[in-house]
Amino acid sequence: MRFMVIVKATAETEAGVMPSEEMISAMTAFNEELVKAGVMLAGEGLHPSSKGARVYFEGDKRTVVDGPFAETKELIAGFWLLELKSLEEAVEWVKRVPNPTGEQSQIEIRQVFSPEDFDISDELRQREAALADEIKAQHGTR
Amino acid sequence: MTASDARRAVEAVWRIESARLIAGLARMVRDVGLAEELAQDALVSALEQWPQTGIPRSPGAWLMTAAKNRAVDQIRRQQNYQRKLAEIGRDEAQRTAPDAGAHVGDIDDDLLRLVFTACHPVLSVEAQVALTLKMLGGLTTEEIARAFLVSESTVAQRIVRAKKTLAKANVPFEVPAEDERDARLASVLGVIYLIFNEGYSATAGDDWLRPELCADALRLARVLAGLMPKEPEVHGLVALLEIQASRSRARVGPQGEPVLLMDQNRGRWDQLLIRRGLAALEKAGGGPYSLQARIAACHAVARTPEETDWLRIAGLYEALALVAPSPIVELNHAVAIGFAFGPEVALGLVDELVDEPALKDYHLLPSVRGDLLFKLGRLAEARVEFERAAAMTRNERERSLLLDRASACS
Repeated sequence: MRFMVIVKATAETEAGVMPSEEMISAMTAFNEELVKAGVMLAGEGLHPSSKGARVYFEGDKRTVVDGPFAETKELIAGFWLLELKSLEEAVEWVKRVPNPTGEQSQIEIRQVFSPEDFDISDELRQREAALADEIKAQHGTR
Repeated sequence: MTASDARRAVEAVWRIESARLIAGLARMVRDVGLAEELAQDALVSALEQWPQTGIPRSPGAWLMTAAKNRAVDQIRRQQNYQRKLAEIGRDEAQRTAPDAGAHVGDIDDDLLRLVFTACHPVLSVEAQVALTLKMLGGLTTEEIARAFLVSESTVAQRIVRAKKTLAKANVPFEVPAEDERDARLASVLGVIYLIFNEGYSATAGDDWLRPELCADALRLARVLAGLMPKEPEVHGLVALLEIQASRSRARVGPQGEPVLLMDQNRGRWDQLLIRRGLAALEKAGGGPYSLQARIAACHAVARTPEETDWLRIAGLYEALALVAPSPIVELNHAVAIGFAFGPEVALGLVDELVDEPALKDYHLLPSVRGDLLFKLGRLAEARVEFERAAAMTRNERERSLLLDRASACS
């Protein structure tokens, strides 16, 4: 299952303060661990909300509001997309995220929906069985 | 923390740490089986202690220390205590902190040794699969048993026997030397591909675990690519698995029916995995997995079935037939030729395969032949082929599809 690990914004990230070299090197080391463990699908940092925008919806109406946005703690400064077995595993990984400056911050973990989360029919067995042949058809070296 | 909370947390730590733990211990004690037992013992200690003490700040280091203490206890009881202890002492000096992150280079080598040992040709393929999933994938015996629809005791026996075989054959804990390496790497890649396919094309049973088996195989392939970044064929396997996995969502219709590649809703393909696959492909080479990945990539980048570059696919199958000859590859080649140059040419190629003993019971041969005859307007012959294919397939849904096609010929 996939988890989105959401790094919440802080006053610094919203102010556009670039991370220190110490921070970057600690994060790179952590990312290397994730990649070596084969669990990291993607991960990016985001520019501050001052460079972003929001689109509000009401009926047919669309209202565009440019950043920055006020509620810093609700904003996102970056994310990882991880492929893991359980929420506990996600928690264990996130506990290892470096925090070299000791600043107060928070990281949120959310599971990403996957087909298995939706109703799965009793025909799973049959459909899986049939797929075997497709593979053989596509890739002859089974 | 309740006992079950602790258990789940310990399992999570185990999944993250076990491979490195076992690999590090195996280098110390020079015995993969013993290393795995020591690691398991450390896990048991964690299960006993962590509910009281809480999870330590550096759980990997905690487990390593606990396991090393057990190792020293064990060795102390053995006759070769002095010699082994000296070895450990030397290793200890080389790696002052057992913290997993601290000595990335060493740990990577250890892990790679573990990969090659678990997939050693002295073991049966089943044993290689079980050991790889247990020691590198961090799966429990129960999970492996469920995934392969065999009893837990069967898996346990396989693992015990495998460890005995490794010890008896005196298999060194090492990455094989250059000359042996390609052959050994091929079996490593084969094991991972087998695990993936077991998940991707499950045949029966309580199937919900199977997608996870795909995920495990993909993870192992990614780990291997991290360990052997200079091996093109490893990246080829990663690319193949990423791209195949990208189609998972589109392979099943609303009624649970299989959806073949050309009929899939390409909007449901996982673009993230496709991008990852294409990125891996840039580092891939010309071996069988790389070539299959290149074929898969041709499909992945075609926005509609009509945009498929069949000419290139036909060329790639030709190359695949050279490095990994098989009648099934020939058949696939013929299909691609059919799309690229028309059914007439393809039919000639398929006809050459009709007497191929390996394809005697392969229903896709008459199915492909029927399709080509149908396109050529030779309906009566096409009908016979579709009916023959329908009689050969073991899958009900496919049978009804083939019978539909047969009746469409009259």
